[in-house]
Amino acid sequence: MDVLVEARRLGRRFGKVIALREVSLTISSAEVVGLLGDNGAGKSTLIKILSGVLRPSEGMLLWEGREARFESPRDALDRGIATVHQHLAVQPLLSVARNFILGREPERGWGPFRRLDMRRARAITEAEMARMGIDLRDPAQPLGTMSGGERQCLAIARALYFGARLLILDEPTSALGVKQAALVLRFIRQAREEGVGVVLVTHNVHHAHAVADRYIILERGRLRGTFQRAEVGTGELLDLMAGASTLEAELAGRARSDST
Amino acid sequence: MSREFGNSGADERVRHISLFRRLMSRSELGAVSGAVLVFAFFSIVAGDQGFLSFPGILSWMEVSAQLGILAGAAALLMIGGEFDLSIGSMIAAAGMAIAIPIVEFGWPPWAAILLAFVLALAIGYANGTIVNRTGLPSFIVTLAGLFILRGATIGFTRLITGRTQVPGVKRFTEGDPVAQLFTGNMHGIPVSVCWWLALAAAATWLLLRTRFGNWVFGVGGDSDSARNMGVPVERVRILLFMGTAVAATIFAALQVLDFGSADVNRGQLKEFEAIIAAVIGGCLLTGGYGSAIGTVFGALIFGMAQQGIFFTGVNTDWFKVFLGGTLLVAVMFNNYVYRRATRSED
Repeated sequence: MDVLVEARRLGRRFGKVIALREVSLTISSAEVVGLLGDNGAGKSTLIKILSGVLRPSEGMLLWEGREARFESPRDALDRGIATVHQHLAVQPLLSVARNFILGREPERGWGPFRRLDMRRARAITEAEMARMGIDLRDPAQPLGTMSGGERQCLAIARALYFGARLLILDEPTSALGVKQAALVLRFIRQAREEGVGVVLVTHNVHHAHAVADRYIILERGRLRGTFQRAEVGTGELLDLMAGASTLEAELAGRARSDST
Repeated sequence: MSREFGNSGADERVRHISLFRRLMSRSELGAVSGAVLVFAFFSIVAGDQGFLSFPGILSWMEVSAQLGILAGAAALLMIGGEFDLSIGSMIAAAGMAIAIPIVEFGWPPWAAILLAFVLALAIGYANGTIVNRTGLPSFIVTLAGLFILRGATIGFTRLITGRTQVPGVKRFTEGDPVAQLFTGNMHGIPVSVCWWLALAAAATWLLLRTRFGNWVFGVGGDSDSARNMGVPVERVRILLFMGTAVAATIFAALQVLDFGSADVNRGQLKEFEAIIAAVIGGCLLTGGYGSAIGTVFGALIFGMAQQGIFFTGVNTDWFKVFLGGTLLVAVMFNNYVYRRATRSED
């Protein structure tokens, strides 16, 4: 396990708002890190810095031990940091294979006759999905025919095939039912087996607990702590995530203020 | 996630796909069967009044060809998720860029034609860049372009020539090698038809067999995710806008060099006719889906109906009613296809 990315005292301000303050962490290869926190905890700011969408206001990022400045998502992608977003806005009418190769199309022939190698595109798509345990019925089928879970898996398989070493998954299971979520979580485990580092951003502690080796918990822009999987159960995780305000306490508080 | 329920068995999925398959193929088939229908109708009604005679066929082929040249480029742009409403004004501007230097300044025709194409590339580049930089809908940006370009064409033409028409181009263009590409026939087939078929073939190749074509689909489907996947979204858009401007210039060259005159009012409403042909051809207004072959048949429906009504002897005013009706049916059909395809996201 090598350290892929290290953050040292990262901070990010948006005008007066401090979204992230003095967050230090490391993520290594072949591990799944669950990034947890309530809304506004700074999860999305943190992953946007890691994936090159935002620049930090303070602190620094190290990629494989060297200081790294990502000017764009493309920069991060070139180093091997791939982000798969919650809303996979891919074109449902385009075929699965065409979606898979988008942006990195295999070609053959030369000069004016250089053209897409669709046969290879289909073969790659089929092979990569099969390797991760999904049997594609037909890579030429429109993407719209795949389930939400299968689409998340396709996006992950695509990132891995094109050389991702750190995968950032932003709420990959939040819109999915139990079976579909299980499919994606199995896929995440498979990615770890292949030596990829995974940051799993989620609200769902059960999903995090199913695959994560370690948890990083943010609260109101600060690092609340990192915990090994063995140290905490799902119940404690929930408490940690919510901070002082558990759901019961919030409800009780509301009831009190209503009665006065 | 309505699909969650029936997901246990494989049967449900297989049926699902085959349904898609049929719809997908039908979307292009819509334009083809529409063209067959229109052809059959006018063959019966106006077949013996000249619709099926050789000059008759050439006449509707030429109308289809001129529109088809514009529609092919407009279809690519629409698949890429944008519109260009400045096509019609570009036709007038390019026509003047060809006619004025030839007639007023004594330029050789090839140089004037070259100037028009350079102008088109610059305007297409400007359209694309403004859309990229501002993030505004191209519908609005090119609507502004429609007026600016038309107004500038009228202004400059009157400033230079004192009129709004430039006649007498023909006597300068005889024997010019480049002008020959835009006039007359090739083995009896009008050059406009040759241009149309060649450009449609090129557009189809580009769209289905090249990396650029895949990018066009990706940009039109969702430009943000395409960008995240490494597609040079901005460059694709600029090239597509250059494509529509160049198509408008080819149209202008065909008209000016064939008629021998240019007029500042040329090309009005052509931007909408091009969009109509693309939509009848199966392109989605929201981008990300469509075909160049379908658009060929969209233009053919347009050409056959316009000339067919003329041959029947019915007042040609009714053509516009037919056109609007066809457009409505085509859009509803396309929308139906799209809704079926994205049903699992509902």
